[in-house]
Parts: sequence; structure tokens; C-alpha cells
Amino acid sequence: MGNTSSATLNNKKSWISYIGEYGAFIALLFLVVVISVISPEFRTSGNLLNVLRQATFNGLIAFGMTCVILSDGIDLSVGSTLALSAVICAKLLLEGVPPVLAMLIALVTGTVLGAVSGLLVTKGRLQPFIATLITMTAYRGFAFILTDGKPISNLARTIETEGSDSFPFKLIGKGNFCKVPIPAILLIFALVVFFFVLNKTTFGRKVYATGSNAKCAKLAGVNITATKVIVYAISGFMSALTGLILISRLDSAQPTLGDGYELDAIAAVALGGTSMSGGRGRITGTFAGVLIIAVLNNGMNLLEVSTYYQDVIKAAVILVAVLSDRKR
Amino acid sequence: MKIEMKGINKSFGSNQVLKDAGFVLENGEVHALMGENGAGKSTLMKILTGVYTRDAGTVTVDGRDVVYKSPQEAEKAGIVFIYQELNVLFDLTVEENLFMGKEITKKFGICDKKAMRKKAQEAMDKMGVKIPINAVMSELSVGQQQMVEICKAIMVDAKVLIMDEPTAALTQSETEGLFKLIKSLRKKGVSIVYISHRMEEIFELCDRITILRDGTYVGTEKIKDVNMDDIVRMMIGREIGERFPARDVKIGKEMLRVEGLTKGKTFKDVNFSVNSGEVLGVSGLMGAGRTEIMHAIFGNLPFESGKIFIEGKEVRIKNAREAISAGIGFITEDRKTEGLLLEKSIAENIELANLGKVSSKSVLSKKKGSELVKKGIEEFHIKCFGPDHECNNLSGGNQQKVVFAKWVYTDPKVLIMDEPTRGVDIGAKKEIYSVINDLAAKGVAIILVSSELPEVLGMSDRIMVVHEGKVTGIIDAAEADQEKVMTLATGGTL
Repeated sequence: MGNTSSATLNNKKSWISYIGEYGAFIALLFLVVVISVISPEFRTSGNLLNVLRQATFNGLIAFGMTCVILSDGIDLSVGSTLALSAVICAKLLLEGVPPVLAMLIALVTGTVLGAVSGLLVTKGRLQPFIATLITMTAYRGFAFILTDGKPISNLARTIETEGSDSFPFKLIGKGNFCKVPIPAILLIFALVVFFFVLNKTTFGRKVYATGSNAKCAKLAGVNITATKVIVYAISGFMSALTGLILISRLDSAQPTLGDGYELDAIAAVALGGTSMSGGRGRITGTFAGVLIIAVLNNGMNLLEVSTYYQDVIKAAVILVAVLSDRKR
Repeated sequence: MKIEMKGINKSFGSNQVLKDAGFVLENGEVHALMGENGAGKSTLMKILTGVYTRDAGTVTVDGRDVVYKSPQEAEKAGIVFIYQELNVLFDLTVEENLFMGKEITKKFGICDKKAMRKKAQEAMDKMGVKIPINAVMSELSVGQQQMVEICKAIMVDAKVLIMDEPTAALTQSETEGLFKLIKSLRKKGVSIVYISHRMEEIFELCDRITILRDGTYVGTEKIKDVNMDDIVRMMIGREIGERFPARDVKIGKEMLRVEGLTKGKTFKDVNFSVNSGEVLGVSGLMGAGRTEIMHAIFGNLPFESGKIFIEGKEVRIKNAREAISAGIGFITEDRKTEGLLLEKSIAENIELANLGKVSSKSVLSKKKGSELVKKGIEEFHIKCFGPDHECNNLSGGNQQKVVFAKWVYTDPKVLIMDEPTRGVDIGAKKEIYSVINDLAAKGVAIILVSSELPEVLGMSDRIMVVHEGKVTGIIDAAEADQEKVMTLATGGTL
């Protein structure tokens, strides 16, 4: 029975589908070339590292967001989770808790906050959009309550006056390794880890299967509840990590941190070609999407484009990229 | 309306789906269109109704050449296609569905509800069906939804009705209702193209039959001049031999026993057992609770009371994971929504229920995975380009083989199959029957739930009949016949 000429068996990939798959990278390349030509300053290694560092905040969150969206969810609470864990870290530092411990507690907090969203989605049977809208609002509120609405500043000095070494706290946001900013290293490291987890582990398979067809996955023995809770927990962890980098760089924490970050993250995921209904997408695509947004922001600043126009141009680029990425 | 399609060619990319296909539809006849999956039946009908454009060939309607550019154009000419996956808006009412896009309006585009209700009621009355026109679609049964689709066609005064597997999801009585309606439409001069895999229906309903094979016209016959074997021969181009391959298996010890399984009105006090190497057929009308019983055993549907034993030991199964590790496999009824990740590859689908097997310490092993998948493709004769072939692009039979591979490799002691050959063509059906026999020979206990009586009678060792959630009888296949099973299935006693 070697008959493969049956009617519907046309599965060979055309060159168009390849463009679809790597569309985000092609768009990125195009942007880089264009901006490099117009603005020589863009090309300097200093600026490129700067782009990478700026990409970190959105990137780390977008990686977590990718997992959530792949599982057929969405996480609107990332910005608030970032703020609440950052504020908690700052509070602990004020109380004299050693910085490493305070930072670990902040990461655990973020993970738990994410898991709560996951539990609302699974056990609470809320739609992801609604569930994370609720946690987004609540976490932001808690961040305001904890700080009484005021920023907590001079964190590094606080640590030192409490008698601890402020090095680990400064390192995560401001440090360099062989001239490469630590945040950028964290971003690349996270990319490798996420790539591995999504593509090479059974957990990754379960995430894709859950997003592709939860009913089928469940009947095949996949624990849908656990998979979803973990995915939101990962997103929470990544938000908290981003929060730590942010307060380290700013040397202060405030309850308004990370406001609107969920939108940039979702934009990056969409730019990367991940399906908003789950099951399809790549972490490398998200990385390209993150870089597109970072390059665009950086380039427009260098070219002194008015901020009013920047958002419109960004929207246009996202629109074009997403349209061209639509199912071939 | 007389339709003549001749010498139709159609390619998608490099793939020629139709070559020299065609058929002639006379006024007021029910015309069966048959062929294996992928033979081009649906494509031919989609060309007729303007969904696809043809590459070559002629279509004449009452002697005039026509080209419909869209289904709407075909509908205006009186040709309506009722798809297998119904085209209804589930959140709207019957009346809103009937008038979707052709609402009767007063001034300023305001809907004239009264006029629409009246016209809808008239159409329903004309068809002789009783469906409340203000009911929300999702509250209706599939059969009723289909009636609404037919009603829609009647309201546009359709002369030709094309139906693709209309009875696939219908209960026995709904099917009877549909047949009555089709026959009365025929009397009124409406022609019907009837696409189905169910031989019994074709013989009951149709006047003539046209057969396609590999996209080519094979022949047209009067239904009273042919028998089942003739049709099968025309469809696959060779003798298929025995419809149900013989099985010579020694039945062993008990593998699964169910005692007093109860869940409210869904099923009550269900008792049965299956032994190693045995095929237990499960028959009953649609909605009798067969599927629910199977989901309960598999831990996918909580039940109130009852016990389940695997190899004599009681097990408490709370979910599919535990069922799989207890040694139960479940090929579910609907492979598109429950059986497959359609947008994923064959490899990912086969591996999904076997993730433990293709990984070590939760890290996937490329080698183990590709070995398993390669074995599956060969063993189950899955026609594909390779492990990365997306399941969406497989024919129904091949999709079902992927589902089989997925479950067989979990090494089940008990394998439940719910309608395993639904929507599968006759060649693939036979392959699936052989797989069932092979599994039985390996000592697997098999539960075969099926609405096709010949299949249950031909494949089972014993047959359990369910009626309104209760087991009305378990009979030896050797003593069973169609009549006995139907008597039990409708609540009678032997």
C-alpha cells in the first residue's frame, strides 16, 4: 500500500510558509538594516547592548506570556505582579532582610501570585482574560496598600546602612559580565531555558497539547489543571524577576512599576507568530518580536521621532507583521 | 432540475483531486454518491455549488451551461449544500437562523419579526416537523438542527439538495424522520444527492448510485440492479473479500469487571465484564448512555456508585491519567474534537499518550520518539509523508489509524473503542477490523461501542445492549441477530 497520491496529502512546505515561520526575523532584519542606514549611531556596539538591555524587561515577561498563550490563556497581571513582588522586595530590604533572601522571597511571591491566576482559571473556571483582569487589579491595589502609594527610594544605601552587602542587589540590574549587561545575559539564558523546556521536555508537549485541544489532551492523560497552573506560575516568576532587575536599575520601587507591560509582552508574542488561541508558536518568534519592539523604540528615539508618533508607528509595524504572518 | 457534470478536473497545487469526474442527476430522484474517503465526492459537489472553481469540464443545469461563482449564486439557482458539519449559529434562535442574511425588513431595515415568524412556521408545517421556532439552536438535538438546515433550503425553494453524511450524528428515530422527509421532498420533485458510507441507507433510500474512485467517474447504476458487493468492488477497484475478517483467539481470564455502575438517570446499575482476547460489542440507540458509561469507566465522568475491577482488583479511577496507568485505553467517539490534536503532527499525536515512553526524566528522547512513531506509521499503514505530517491533512481513515496507534502503544489491558469506524471508508474499515483482531490475539480485552449493527454483529464475541441507561441484555454473538439486538435496544425483552 505505497499509495500516497490520495487527495488531501499536500503537506510540502512552500517558500511562503517559511517566510511565515520566520517572518518576525525577516522583519527584524529589515528594521535593523533600515535604521542602521539612517542612523549610524544605532550601529555602535554600545547602543546595540543598550537595545538588548532595554529588551530584557519586555523579553523576560514575554517569554512567560508565550507559555501562557500557548496553553490557550492570557496573563494580564504581569505588570501588577511585577510591581507587587518588587514592592515586597523593597519592603523587606527596609526591614533589614539580607538582599539575596529578599530577592528570593520576591521571586517566590511572583510565582505564587501567578499560580493564583492559574487556579482561578482552572479550579475557578474563569476565563483567563477575566481571571487575570481580577488579579491584575488586586495585585496593583496591594502594591499601593503596602507602600501607601509612595515610592521606596535609595534601596542600595538602605541595604548598606542595614549592614548588608548591596552587591547582589546592584548586580542583577546594573552589573556587567565581560562588558555585557547582566540583564542581557539573563535574557539570553532565559531564552535557552524556555526553548529547551518548550521543545525538549514532556512539559512543553503538554503546554502545546493543552492549547491545541484541551479535551483531547486530557483524555490522553495530560493533567490540564497542573499544566495551566504551572504556566501561570512561570509567568509570575518571570514578572517578579523583571521587577527585581527594574528596582535594581532604578534603585527604587514604586507601586506603579510595570504599568502597561502586559500589552508590550502580548504584542511581542503576537509579532512572533504565536497563535492567540494557543497550541501554535515559538519562543524564538517571541524573542524576535521583543527585539523588533526594542529596536523600534531605540531607533525612533535616536531619530528623534516625536513620542506621539512613536505609538502610531509601533502599532503600524505590529499590524503589518501580524497581517503578513496570518495563516499562509 | 436536471444536472449534468462531465469531465471535471480539479487540482490543488500539484495534487489532482478530480480527473474526468462527473455524474447526472435526474429530476426528483435520490442519487447516492459513493466512494472512499478522498475519492472526490465532496470536491465534486463543492464545484457544483461554486465553492471551488473547476479546471476543466462542463456543468449543465436543465441543458444550459452554468458556472456558479459562489454558494450564494448556486442557492439562488436552487442548489443547496447541507454540510456534514452543520452551518448553524448556535446562540441564535431557529427563526433567526432561518432568516440569517435574508431577513424580512420594514422601513429603515428594521426586522419584521411577525412576518418572519409566520413564514418560518409555515415552512416547518410544510415539512411536517415540530420544532419551536423561537428555541435557541444549541438547545436542539443534532437531528433537529439538521431539520432547520433543510428547512432553510426549502424556504429558498431548493430544487436540488446535497447532503453530506446527514445521518452520522442522528439517532435511529431522527434518521427515520429524515428519511421520511427526503422521500416526501422527492415526491415534490426535489432532487437529492446523498453522500454516505452507510450501505444500508443507500439501499433503503436511493434510486440510483454513482461511484467515484480516486477522483474519477466509475459508473452509475440503478440501485435495484446492484448489491453491496458490486458497490464495494466499484469503489475500491478490487474484491475486498470477507467484510469482517475472521478471528481465531482463545478467550482468557477476566480483565475488566464493572459492578452496579450508576449515575442518576444517565446510566443505572450497569454490570458487565470483558475477558482477555474478547471483543464485547456494545449496542444501543443514540443517547442510550453507552458513551457515558465508557467515559465513567475511563475516569472522565464522575459516577455515583459502582465498582470497577481490573484483573480482579478493584480500582478507583479519578481521571484519564489514572485510567491509562491502570491499563485502560479509550478511543473516543469524535476523533476531531477528542481524539486528535488536528493541527499537530502524527508524531506529536502518537507521542501524546505515551510521553513517559518517549522521554527519560521528563526530557524527550528524539530517538525513542521517532522509533515509536515510525513503528506506528508502518504497523498501522498510515498513508502520509512522514512523522511530521499534520493530522488535519489526513483522510478520516488515516486519522483514525493515528488515534489507534496512540492508544495501542500505551499497552492497554482493556481498550474501549467508541464508534471506531465512523466516517471511515470501507478499505480503512477493514484495516481497523484487522487491528482489532490483532489486539484481541495479543490478549487485549476490547469493548466495541458501535451504532452500526452489522459491525457489532460481525466483530463481537458477546453483545451488550443498552437502553435508556440500563443494560437490557448481554447475548452471545453466535445467537444474536439484528432483530434480537434491536428488540433489546428499544426496551423489549427476548
